[in-house]
Amino acid sequence: MSIAEIIGGVISIAGAVFLFLAALGLLRMPDVYNRMQAGTKATTLGSMLFLIGIAIVKPEWWPKIVLLIVFIVFTNPISSHALARAAHFVGIPLADKTVKDDLASSSADATTTTVAPVSEAGSRTGAGSAATGAGNTEGADA
Amino acid sequence: MDNILLAIATGIVLLSVLMAAIRLLVGPSGPDRAVALDSLTIMSLSLIASIAVMASRIIYLDVALVYALVSFVGVVALARYLERGLS
Repeated sequence: MSIAEIIGGVISIAGAVFLFLAALGLLRMPDVYNRMQAGTKATTLGSMLFLIGIAIVKPEWWPKIVLLIVFIVFTNPISSHALARAAHFVGIPLADKTVKDDLASSSADATTTTVAPVSEAGSRTGAGSAATGAGNTEGADA
Repeated sequence: MDNILLAIATGIVLLSVLMAAIRLLVGPSGPDRAVALDSLTIMSLSLIASIAVMASRIIYLDVALVYALVSFVGVVALARYLERGLS
């Protein structure tokens, strides 16, 4: 093994460890938003490190690998943002330890909640007004 | 397969794919499964790049690029569907 293969392999193992931590967070986090936090940021960094390691092992492949890394860095936050917004408008409940929910108070008068059932929209509006009154949602059960 | 370090990294990624697939199967709600699918596509993109190194074919990186493009469009379409329905 040459020295470039060893360095590239070590960097690839670091990226693979980040991907493993992302999968672990995806299994063990309590609600959708925490899973999204663990499952998208860590996979972005992990796949970046993995591809950089491959670019060190195969130095003549770097233009396509740079293209792939740039594509991942641009598209992964966009898709996770769209998923988080969709999950919040569907009405997935937050975990018990959540201390702040800014979108709940701002979505009470939003026009994009027409699909959500009326009961869920009503409860979310109540929770949002309670959140603005108490400062956070932890005050309700603490 | 002459690079043992890259083989170890590929094994770790395979293990994480298995763990994310468990979340995809048991996820209690729709957005849970969508998040697991998003993470699974990024992990399998790394696997495709590793297979490209094992086979010494640069054309497989084009496969990975097209796969990333299709998975991004699919996840955004899934998010729009979850948010607004089929209208």
